[in-house]
Amino acid sequence: MATSGKLIEVRDLKKYYNGEAIKALDGVSVDVNRGDVMVVIGPSGSGKSTFLRSLNLLEQPTSGSIVFEGVDITKKTDAQGKRINIDLHRQKMGMVFQHFNLFPHKTILQNMTMAPIKLKGISPAEANEKAMALLERVGLADRAGAYPIQLSGGQKQRVAIVRALAMEPDVMLFDEPTSALDPEMVGEVLDVMKKLALEGMTMVVVTHEMGFAREVGNRVLFMADGKLLEEGTPDAIFNAPQNPRLQDFLSKVL
Amino acid sequence: MNFSTIGQNIVRLLIKYWDKFLITGLSYTLSLAAITVFFGTIFGALIALMRMSRIPPLRWVSSVYTEIIRGTPMLLQLYLFYFGLPQLLPFLNRQQYACVAIALVCNSAAYVSEIIRSGIQAVDIGQTEAARSLGFSQAQTMRYIVLPQAVKNILPALGNEFIMVTKDTSLASTFFIGDLMTQVLLIKGATYLPIEPLTIAAIIYFLLTFVLSKLVGLLERRLRRGDIR
Repeated sequence: MATSGKLIEVRDLKKYYNGEAIKALDGVSVDVNRGDVMVVIGPSGSGKSTFLRSLNLLEQPTSGSIVFEGVDITKKTDAQGKRINIDLHRQKMGMVFQHFNLFPHKTILQNMTMAPIKLKGISPAEANEKAMALLERVGLADRAGAYPIQLSGGQKQRVAIVRALAMEPDVMLFDEPTSALDPEMVGEVLDVMKKLALEGMTMVVVTHEMGFAREVGNRVLFMADGKLLEEGTPDAIFNAPQNPRLQDFLSKVL
Repeated sequence: MNFSTIGQNIVRLLIKYWDKFLITGLSYTLSLAAITVFFGTIFGALIALMRMSRIPPLRWVSSVYTEIIRGTPMLLQLYLFYFGLPQLLPFLNRQQYACVAIALVCNSAAYVSEIIRSGIQAVDIGQTEAARSLGFSQAQTMRYIVLPQAVKNILPALGNEFIMVTKDTSLASTFFIGDLMTQVLLIKGATYLPIEPLTIAAIIYFLLTFVLSKLVGLLERRLRRGDIR
């Protein structure tokens, strides 16, 4: 998995609302390499969530391109003229949401096995086995038969992470995964994410956890007003910020 | 007139006309209600799907339809269908029962479609996003994720609609279709007693809807148990 190379190439991505009145994304270009742990920071309303949600087209960008594993998924057809099925590409892009979005009518195990069984045609026995192994890794194997409502916020988010992992994605997208958690539960979720990063998973993480960005990220992006204003290693971003907006932002959050 | 004579009259009427109430009237009322509920739900679901469709003309047609049905009196709709349908479709000539049933179905479908639509739209958008992000198609997301949750929103409201429909069938008596309320009018005409047949019909309607609402509540609780808290 850790072979190097570009996994996602984003070019001049724009997302406008109301004509051109609101520019949520105003020309963002960036490459995500395999094995990257890319952390996106910035003030609220900076477009970082919109950027992340555009990567798997939960937001339909106004213009620009997103080339994922060689295919421009913003187009209707690929280079060979074949119709692009976004559902197939999404299977390879796991996503974790701020509000977990577990399926309340399914058990934890069912939450995890549903997509592999229905979409990949994996046998229920094999899917269960893999899901249990994943739950074991995040210390929740004993809750496999529980319903989401019976879990704490931190447990829910850990399940949401392994639910996405059960599809064996090539990249994981995290949309403020700890923002809706009680403070004492943030650590357990960040620990899971850190383990994942150490295993070589390609990750794009939108977060306000500067500690995580500094410690786990290998690249940090700073966004404001829909633009990518600065990019660099955690060391460069946190210890030698160039852009005045970034300097101002860091002075408020650190 | 006092309560004891009314009581005696009710007993007399029940003995003499029990079959008119409990066989003829009830069977017409129940069959009308069953037809309305069955087809009203099917057409209501279709209209709801049209309402949420990506094709604009389908949305327009369905929303105009529901607005018109909900914005005009039901009695007026019954008259319109009763007199209008046979002119539009000659084979419905002298088919009063069919005309009234169609009117009831068309009316109920509009209300059911709103119940289904709002039930579906009440499911958190995050559920759809999570399912789509896993790779489920729009149809699969609807089938596996949204609809099972929407049913819990829809069912109680649908149960109330069924109860409404059962009572609304009494409007069919305007055209002497033969339902419970028609029997009331006929017996009133034959005996010159207005209160007594009305009281009997009221009790029957009440028992009917009471049982229905209990059944709906039972089903609701059964569904709730699905996601243990």
